[in-house]
Amino acid sequence: MYGGGNVFEATKFDDVQVEDPVKLAEFEARIARGEKIEPTDWMPELYRKQLIRMIEQHAHSEIIGALPEGTWITRAPGFRRKMAQMAKVQDEVGHAQLLYSAAETLGKSREQMLTDLINGKSKYSNVFNYPAFTWADSNIISWLIDAGAIVNQMANAKGSYGPYSRALERICAEEAFHLKYGHDAVVHMATGTPKQREMIQAALNRWWPPIMTFFGPSDKMSTHTETLMRWKVKMASNDECRQQFLDMYVPKIWELGLTVPDPKLKKNMETGQWEYTEPDWDEFKRVINGDGPCNAERLAVRRTAEERGAWVRRALLNPKAKYVKPLA
Amino acid sequence: MNEQAIKDLLYKLADDQLILGHRNSEWTGFGPILEEDIAFSSMAQDKIGHSLAFYTLLQELGEADPDTVAFTRNANQFHNSQLVELPNGEYDFSLIRHFLYDNAEIIRFEMLAQSSYEPITKVATKLKGEVKYHVLHANTWIKNLGTSTEEAILRLQSSLNEALPYALGMFEKSKYEQELIDAGVYAGEEAVKVEWLNRITAVIEKTDLKLPDLATIEPKFGGRYGEHTEHLQPLLDEMAEVFKIDPTAEW
Repeated sequence: MYGGGNVFEATKFDDVQVEDPVKLAEFEARIARGEKIEPTDWMPELYRKQLIRMIEQHAHSEIIGALPEGTWITRAPGFRRKMAQMAKVQDEVGHAQLLYSAAETLGKSREQMLTDLINGKSKYSNVFNYPAFTWADSNIISWLIDAGAIVNQMANAKGSYGPYSRALERICAEEAFHLKYGHDAVVHMATGTPKQREMIQAALNRWWPPIMTFFGPSDKMSTHTETLMRWKVKMASNDECRQQFLDMYVPKIWELGLTVPDPKLKKNMETGQWEYTEPDWDEFKRVINGDGPCNAERLAVRRTAEERGAWVRRALLNPKAKYVKPLA
Repeated sequence: MNEQAIKDLLYKLADDQLILGHRNSEWTGFGPILEEDIAFSSMAQDKIGHSLAFYTLLQELGEADPDTVAFTRNANQFHNSQLVELPNGEYDFSLIRHFLYDNAEIIRFEMLAQSSYEPITKVATKLKGEVKYHVLHANTWIKNLGTSTEEAILRLQSSLNEALPYALGMFEKSKYEQELIDAGVYAGEEAVKVEWLNRITAVIEKTDLKLPDLATIEPKFGGRYGEHTEHLQPLLDEMAEVFKIDPTAEW
C-alpha cells in the first residue's frame, strides 16, 4: 500500500540538457507511442534517478506499512480475522520484495536501499508515521489506506517503466483483496455493538487527516513535474487522485452511518469536485521530515531488524555456505 | 474408542500448531531478510489453519466452537508442548525450534494419515502436504547456515543445546497413550521420537553442528498436562486482547 506524495527532486532542465538529443528524442517518442522502457534500454539519467527514488519509496512504504497493521496480527479477534490479517500483512512484505527487485533493475542494490531507509535518507509514505491505537485503526488502514493506494497504483501501473508497471499490476490484484477484507472488517465494526461502533468512528476520526494528505501536497504547491508526467513517471496529479478517492469512498463511509470529521466536506454539484478543509501541509512537512508521532519508532524497529538479521546475511554471502537446493 | 483419548490427542495437535503459528507470525515485518519474513508468515498461516481444522474436529465431538476454545482458555488449559510457547528470541532460535518441531510434526501427520480414526485421517492427509514444505524449509536453512560462518554455526549450536530439552518435551506421553496405540489411532510418542531422531540426525550430520547425547538431557515435560512456562499466559492475553472486549460480538 502506498500513496502518492512522492518526494520528487525538482526537475532541473540542465539535467536533461546534458543528454544526447537524438537518443532523448527517440526515448520520448517511444514513451509517446506507449512503449515500455526496459532495464537495458537507454534512458536519461534523470529518469533513472527519479524512478529509483519513486520505486524505493514505494518499497519502503510496504515494509514500514507492515508495522502498524503487523502489531495487530497477534491480537486479531477470532480465527477468521487472525488468518486474514496475517495474509494481508504478508502480502505487503511480498510487495516490498517485488518492488526492491524492480528498483534493483535500475542499478541500486536492496541492501543500499535499506541502508538509506534506516539512515533517514529515503522516505516512505507519511501515513505510517501515525499510530494504530486500536484494532479499529488497523481496519481503517486496511480499508481506506489500501483504497488510496489502489487509486495511486492503478494510475502508476500505466507508467512507462516496464518492471515497475508489471510489479504494480500484480500488487493491485492483491490490494483489491485487502480492500475487500478491510471493508468487511469495517462493516462488522460499524454494524456491531455500540462499543464497536464507537471504536471504528474514533479510528476514522484519527485517520482522516493523514488520509487526506496521503496523495501528497495540493497541486498548487507541488514542484514542477511536467517532464515527469511526459515521461510517464508520474501519471496523475495529487489532487486528481485525492478527488477520485473521495468520489469512490466518502459515499461508502456515509452508507455505514459513520461521519467524516470535516464539516466542510461536500461535493460541489456544479464543478463535480469535492470541497474540503485544506489539510495541514505544515504538519505534513514536519512529519515527513522526521517529526511525527511514530517516525523514530518505525525506523528504530527497522534498524533493529536489520541489525539482528545481519549475521544471517553475512552467513548467506559466505563462500563456504553451500546452497542447498530444496527438492520440492 | 474412548472419546476422551481422541480429544486429548486433538487438543495437543491443535494447541501446538496454534501457539507456534502465533509465534511464527511475530516475525512478520522483522525477518533477517524479506524472504524469511515472508516464509515465517506463510508457515504461521498454515499452522493456524491446521489448528482451526483440529479445533473443528473437537467441536464435532461436543467441545465449544474454535474461537471460544482458542481465545478464552487460560494457560493451564492448554496442551501444547513448552517448546512452542518460548519467545522467538533471535532468528537462530526460531529456526532451530522450527527444525526440531516440524520434523516431529510431519511424522505425527504421516502416522495420523493412516489412522483408524477416520475424521483425523482425512484432515492429516490433507495437511501433511503443507507440513512437508515447512520441513523442507527448515532442513534447507539448517544445512545452509549450519555450514556457513563460524558465527552462524555457534549461534545455531547454542540454540540447539538450549532448545533440545524442550524439544524432547514434545514427546511427553498422554495418559491415554496405550489406548491410542492399541486402537490404531497412531503409533504413539515413543515411536514418533525414534523416527524424529533419525531424521534430525541425518540433517545435522550434513552440517558443522553437533547433536548432544540425548540420554544426558532432562526433557521439559508438563506442557501436555497444562504446566507451562511463564511465557504462555502473556501470549494468550495478547491473543485475546480484542476478542475479550466483547466475546459475543461479531468481529
